[in-house]
Amino acid sequence: MAEALLHVDGLRISIPTDDGLAQILDHVDLEIPKGRIVGVVGESGCGKSTLVRAVLGILPRAARVDEGRIGFAGEDLLKLSPADMTRRIRGKAIGFIPQDPFLALNPVFTVGTQLLEIMRWHASDGRAAHRAHLVELLRAVQLPDPDAALDRYPHEFSGGQRQRLLIAGALACRPRLVIADEPTSALDVTTQLQILRLLRDLVSRFDVSMLFVTHDFGVVAQLCDDVMVMYAGQSVEAGPTAAVLDAPKHPYTQMLIACHPDRAQDLAGIPGSVASPLKPPSGCRFHPRCPSAKPVCHGPRPAQVHVAEREVACVLYG
Amino acid sequence: MAEILAVEGLVTLLGGEKRFLRAERPPVRAVDGVSLELREGEVLGVVGESGCGKSTLGRTILGIQRETAGTVRLDGRVVSGVDPRTARQMRRDVQYVHQDAAAALDPWWSIGRTLDEALVINGVGPGEERARRIDRVLRDVGLDPTTKRRYPHELSGGQLRRVTLARVLVLAPRIVLLDEPTSGLDLSVQATVLRLLRELRAELGLTYMFISHDLSVVRLMCDRVAIMYLGRIVETAETAKLFESPVHPYTTMLLAAAPRLATGQGLHAAAIHGEPPSATAVPSGCAFRTRCPHAIDACAVTVPTLDLIADGRRVACHRWPELAPLERV
Repeated sequence: MAEALLHVDGLRISIPTDDGLAQILDHVDLEIPKGRIVGVVGESGCGKSTLVRAVLGILPRAARVDEGRIGFAGEDLLKLSPADMTRRIRGKAIGFIPQDPFLALNPVFTVGTQLLEIMRWHASDGRAAHRAHLVELLRAVQLPDPDAALDRYPHEFSGGQRQRLLIAGALACRPRLVIADEPTSALDVTTQLQILRLLRDLVSRFDVSMLFVTHDFGVVAQLCDDVMVMYAGQSVEAGPTAAVLDAPKHPYTQMLIACHPDRAQDLAGIPGSVASPLKPPSGCRFHPRCPSAKPVCHGPRPAQVHVAEREVACVLYG
Repeated sequence: MAEILAVEGLVTLLGGEKRFLRAERPPVRAVDGVSLELREGEVLGVVGESGCGKSTLGRTILGIQRETAGTVRLDGRVVSGVDPRTARQMRRDVQYVHQDAAAALDPWWSIGRTLDEALVINGVGPGEERARRIDRVLRDVGLDPTTKRRYPHELSGGQLRRVTLARVLVLAPRIVLLDEPTSGLDLSVQATVLRLLRELRAELGLTYMFISHDLSVVRLMCDRVAIMYLGRIVETAETAKLFESPVHPYTTMLLAAAPRLATGQGLHAAAIHGEPPSATAVPSGCAFRTRCPHAIDACAVTVPTLDLIADGRRVACHRWPELAPLERV
């Protein structure tokens, strides 16, 4: 496997709340090799967004990193100062594509003003050079008439076109990693496929890696090289998409994929409900719902083991 | 199977206004000449991208949106052409489950009061009879009867769906219009809600119109599927036939673009052209012609009729005889 660009090791994050300490992330491992698209999948509340916020350095003020490191291009992002994160990492070395293209653009400024601001913040090449670079990017994201587009307002673009603008924004400062947070969940399927194709092409053309957050296994199957599955703040299984989707190993992954309408003939669901981060079960957080749970699952969280091309955190494979 | 509900040439115009000293703003033809039938006990899927008019079609059939033209027949009796209040009375057998369960429930009302209101409006009494029906319907949808003392914010997304289902089932409808019944639900919760819908249909002998944009769910749940594009139905067929061999070019494109849980599907295999035009500027003739790889000049002139073809499906395309090896009936 290629050298990892992003390397999250045993990340644990908790946030104090009125009801006690919420242990949002409890040991997350993630590896994004250079030039690959890695999907992060999980149900709501599993900690996908907290993981993304940790990488971007925009955790809520009260959040506490208890353990772990986020290695990116040879540095630990958790050790950088907020100023460093703002100046060198967020928006520059790591680009971000938001979920809702209808909310992410300010309706009262032209898209050119908004996209050029990102570049003015991070580079000092001068306005003309920025504009030329941006027009080139808009051409790369296949936006019709890129020069005129910069002087138009967000409402003049369709949802798919707005997402293209935001993708251009994410690429504006020549990032090495792009984080996309469910970038197509607000789009129709035909538009979604066009955006996924575009992302796939841009990843090889601009030589970036991508962290793609989604809850849709179908989209993972279409786009991602690798996939990491999260449950209640723990990473449970990670590996090449085909291996994980065709023959999942972790009981949670197996049961979740069996809930997908393409596979689910009996619609079994998963008994029980997701563990609360306020009072999480000890050890593997899935054990209260797991049909293969043993007494040892209550103990320390199982270490990741390498089985059939992928990493699994489950005692069944220990 | 016997026909239970049928619509013919249904047209619903939305909006539009005359403006002082300015050009009139024309209404949007949200539903534009839709004909379809619902057979007793079946699940009919209505599929299309956002803005294609599938929700408006549901609301018009329900009677809360008045049709501009066309007829709705329930058990062979015409129930259209009347004001919405009368329409709802005539169509009491048809009930609707809103797509956003949290928005459909009053946060200040307990679940029991919400369910009771539905019965009071429909003249069910006395109080003990209503209470008995509420307890039974809560058990039917897999909730504990004590749920009636709780409030919407205390319930999870899956439980809220069950409450919105309970609210219509308490009225003992025969037809339930489900508008995106699992949108916004997690995969594991979606599976349990879909299973509940299946069980309720079998137990209570319901007929569903299942409005959705998720083709995987539709394939699993529906007996027949109608595909809509910009206010018109372009193809209807039995689910298995539609997914195996789509005939209309739009159906072909939609199926090719839909994400499936199959690895190695190839991101670039399907031909996708353009984005859907705005509902305020529907192209002349066949609305799909601007994105259709098979479009010819004739497609811009006349709206294709929904032809019945050999394997029981209907297709609205000028060129289907060349695209499909099937015969007209």
